[in-house]
Amino acid sequence: MMAPDVWGIVWLSLKVSAVAVGACLPLAFALAWALARGRFAGKVLLDAAVHLPLVLPPVVTGWLLLLAFGPQGPAGRWLEDVLGMTLMFRWTGAALAAAVMALPLMVRAMRLSIEAVDLRLEAAAMTLGASRWRVFRTVTLPLALPGVVAGAVLGFARSLGEFGATITFVSNIPGETQTLPLAIYSALQVPGGEAVVTRLAVISVLLSLAALVVSEVLARRMGRHAHVL
Amino acid sequence: MSFDVAVERRLGDTVVACAFQTGSGLTALFGPSGAGKTSVLNMIAGLLKPDTGRVAVGGEVLFDSAGSVDVPVQARRAGYVFQDGRLFPHLRVRDNLAYGMQAEGLMGLDEAADFLGIAHLLDRWPRSLSGGEAQRVAIGRALLSNPRFLLMDEPLSGLDRARREGVLRVIERLRDEVGLPILYVSHDRTEVEQLATTIVEL
Repeated sequence: MMAPDVWGIVWLSLKVSAVAVGACLPLAFALAWALARGRFAGKVLLDAAVHLPLVLPPVVTGWLLLLAFGPQGPAGRWLEDVLGMTLMFRWTGAALAAAVMALPLMVRAMRLSIEAVDLRLEAAAMTLGASRWRVFRTVTLPLALPGVVAGAVLGFARSLGEFGATITFVSNIPGETQTLPLAIYSALQVPGGEAVVTRLAVISVLLSLAALVVSEVLARRMGRHAHVL
Repeated sequence: MSFDVAVERRLGDTVVACAFQTGSGLTALFGPSGAGKTSVLNMIAGLLKPDTGRVAVGGEVLFDSAGSVDVPVQARRAGYVFQDGRLFPHLRVRDNLAYGMQAEGLMGLDEAADFLGIAHLLDRWPRSLSGGEAQRVAIGRALLSNPRFLLMDEPLSGLDRARREGVLRVIERLRDEVGLPILYVSHDRTEVEQLATTIVEL
């Protein structure tokens, strides 16, 4: 077989994961906020829907994405008509699949950290004249930040490892949708691909390890007792 | 008239009800634990909404269920010293003190720090403070927000004897030198007798 472009694969994986986490972050935070602080009908349902990708077979998630974002799907057609954009067989589709799979982990970590913020501190800030927005910016968010970072890092690591939903939704196209796990899978299918598999696997381990170390360092720098691990 | 309060609020199975009018100086709200003293403070500060009643401080109506007045907590300018301090753990002492600071306040940050004897603590983190130090920082933070009145919820509880004396002296100076109306919650009879101009039993 031809030696695959290892650094191209790594770059693509990082790009897909970074875009997935970046795009997902505001939504994940909003969902975490709603689940932690909100009081509304259907909260249990929303909670379940957010967690669905965690318990569904990833192939099913990928197939649902295909139904929604494929050329015949409602979301796919809307994107095509309004933005002239398609996610099928594109790296952006891989990012979407990664984002959907990472969402529950991100929401979970952020929700826990929002719930851990002491409401009495927010009350104290309000008696000192702070508006709701200022309380959020100067008390709630800084205190919840370690959890937000932890969620982002978890989501990033999960995105790097995303396989089932991605291969179902956007297939396994070298240079476009073939991220690290998909490249490893392909290399395993080829006789004599063990050397490539080993290289890609080592890179995977190192990347995941680096993500965890970075998050731990950030957590330590930010605050005292906030550990991700 | 400084505090003119008549409030009622159901909390679970109990009803917290309380009515009093006070002159200037320090008013002690005195009663056993669980009598609802903190709830009364929270209703005056705007953190807890009375079911019915009226709250006025220094002639200004802050809450009136009959006239549907309910000044939001941010605008009440209560200098609230909580029983548990509630310093912001992610901010140094200096930034805690400055959190609610107003340009036209009673005193500047350095002046307040000297007054409270915490000038040497400004660059410390709250978690490294002793109970007495934290309580004095909490008093400073409330004073610097340019309050119209002070609410102090057992500021001496959880302090050992020596530290109590320090904070007690600060409160006496506040009463005599700053001239703000103070509502002071306690369940300690001697403390109340030493400090209070007026005593309200709950």
